Amino acid sequence: MLDVIGLECARGERTLFRDLNFSLPAGTLFELRGENGSGKTTLLRAICGLLSPVAGEIRWNDQNIKALGDDYRAHLGYLGHLNGLKDELSALENLALAAPLAGIDAAPAAIENMLRQFGLARCLHLPCKALSQGQKRRAALARIALGTHHGLWLLDEPFAALDTAAIAFLQSLIERHLANGGIVMLTTHQDVPITAPHRQRLELGA
Amino acid sequence: MNPTLTALRYVIARDLLLAMRRKADVLTTLFFFVIAVSLFPLGIGPETDLLRKIAPGIVWVAALLAAMLSLGRMFADDHRDGTLEQMVLAPQPLGLLVGGKIAAHWLLSGLPLVLIAPLLGLQFGLGRDTLLVLMGSLLLGTPVLSLIGAIGAALTLGVRGGGVLVSLLVLPLFIPVLIFGAGAVEAVTSGLGAAAHLSLLGAILLVALFFAPWATALALRIAVE
Repeated sequence: MLDVIGLECARGERTLFRDLNFSLPAGTLFELRGENGSGKTTLLRAICGLLSPVAGEIRWNDQNIKALGDDYRAHLGYLGHLNGLKDELSALENLALAAPLAGIDAAPAAIENMLRQFGLARCLHLPCKALSQGQKRRAALARIALGTHHGLWLLDEPFAALDTAAIAFLQSLIERHLANGGIVMLTTHQDVPITAPHRQRLELGA
Repeated sequence: MNPTLTALRYVIARDLLLAMRRKADVLTTLFFFVIAVSLFPLGIGPETDLLRKIAPGIVWVAALLAAMLSLGRMFADDHRDGTLEQMVLAPQPLGLLVGGKIAAHWLLSGLPLVLIAPLLGLQFGLGRDTLLVLMGSLLLGTPVLSLIGAIGAALTLGVRGGGVLVSLLVLPLFIPVLIFGAGAVEAVTSGLGAAAHLSLLGAILLVALFFAPWATALALRIAVE
């Protein structure tokens, strides 16, 4: 499904990695590790197309993602460092407005249900600026979780700031997504046991 | 409904909803416009002929400056909280979504100026026909300010002191709008028809409508990289 061929990325003058090759079939969990500044986030941003690589190619179903454009982005669920939530709107409003933009066709009840499952039942209608860091992260993850038809989830530090209950729930969501043939790429510093049909691991900066 | 149009609708709805929660942002622009225009009759005194003569220029210059005031916020908040990234990654043409942002910006900071302008024109002793042309010229001209301003706002995104830079970048581009907008009102006052000026404004609007969203989209892609 996803092939990365001879990828080279740089931040400013500094080359972060070069000649990176991997191929991820459906149902693969791809764990990305490495110290701070080793280029994990840069690699994720390059794969979702936010950042142009210096050299190399990224292919989705044997076609270059640049050429696919919107057809590639329709398969993408990306969670970066930023949560993408508006402080003035409640978690419910945020998701209801963000879902159609990401091509997710979710009924209001489905959105509310997902937020409840993430343990946000008591703050559905609070403006996001009143939520804690971990609660905001959960709301942002709920947006990704609604995109069950997105073939590729790119998660940057999804477990950071979450408590054990939320980690366990996210873990089960990722496992279900993998079992349905999705690909999940994530960066993490902690060991979270996830059962996956296929798994690959990359240590950047090693 | 077509998913692209749905996404466009939600982009506009989000900005309008945010403006409802943050009314101060919208009201600042409007009050600035009202006060800037009202200062001139107070400063110059009751010389009706002079006031009538300078009215179009003053209203238009104030409209340009009011538009500048609101440009800084157009993409900055979205950039900071990550919603801009989501927009760039959405499976819809970015130019169209940007068009939605621009439409919302005009509804919140351009349209109120158009609606309040006749009231301000009365302070300058403008007649009924002149007021109508003033409104018409603003109706055609203020969308151009939002469209061209969006390019400047996107280009200066994330730059320190972007507010000053955006003025330097965008104000020169506003000059044709100022000339034809104020010119239309002057033409009516001096007995000529306003049709020529308004047609040119309309032409500028069409060109801006066609190019500005795509240019803004390109600048935004660079800004999020």
